[in-house]
Amino acid sequence: MNRTAPGRRRPFRMLIVDDSNIMRRRIERSQQLDELEVVGSASNGVEALELFRKTDPDLVTMDLTMPQMDGIECIEQLVRLKPDVRILVISALADKATAVDAMEKGANGFLHKPFTDRQLNEAIAELIGEC
Amino acid sequence: MLQEQELKTFVEGTTNYFEVAAQQPASVGSPYLVTEGLPAVHEYTGVITVSGRREGVVYFTAPKAMLTVLLMKMQENDFSHENMRDLVGEVANTISGNARRDFGNEFVISVPNVLTGERSDPPLVAGARSFVIPINWRSHSAKLVVSLK
Repeated sequence: MNRTAPGRRRPFRMLIVDDSNIMRRRIERSQQLDELEVVGSASNGVEALELFRKTDPDLVTMDLTMPQMDGIECIEQLVRLKPDVRILVISALADKATAVDAMEKGANGFLHKPFTDRQLNEAIAELIGEC
Repeated sequence: MLQEQELKTFVEGTTNYFEVAAQQPASVGSPYLVTEGLPAVHEYTGVITVSGRREGVVYFTAPKAMLTVLLMKMQENDFSHENMRDLVGEVANTISGNARRDFGNEFVISVPNVLTGERSDPPLVAGARSFVIPINWRSHSAKLVVSLK
């Protein structure tokens, strides 16, 4: 069941972007926060852009290393389409320069793989709190 | 050439992966140098090609039985061939990506290329020294192979 945040008419709409099917399902399963509605999942940046236009999500979880279009390029394009979208990068790339680059391009948070369910839920909750 | 400290990065990455993703620590052995060719692989192998400041491959190779238990620990109930391929690639990607904490962003990693079958040959990079990091988890054995110039 979806529960909306106080003063909000609809649940937060989330798009999941990751080239791993297992990871996309993991993120979907771990959304214990019932303020969320998963509106789609994409396996690369090109698919993500298409789904983003169709579903108009409030939040996006974004992998970085993906075929066809990587996460950094996708973030730039998503922010152009919707400047107030909240983006949580979920990536194994653990160097500081990549995190800084992603944030400068428009990401709002960064969660490193591997992660626990608790870390994932906290990262998403933080983003929702900022919406 | 690969230095001892650099290998430690991969050992720590592997240890961390099993602790966090599988919620059960693995016994990660001391790396050893392969003197000829590349070591034999298990049924599923996730290969990451490295470019940039370093050149070579990093691959994680594991038997189906180990991947099945890993999937169970991740609350997955799909044990298809495709999911095994997905998982072995994701493990290789995660450990290689985590290595950028020490190697920096000029350690450029590819998306995973997955090989199946114990007769498959991961790419061998001429002039690279190959180290095997043995991994024992529950009753299963796997390997992380780091072959970098």
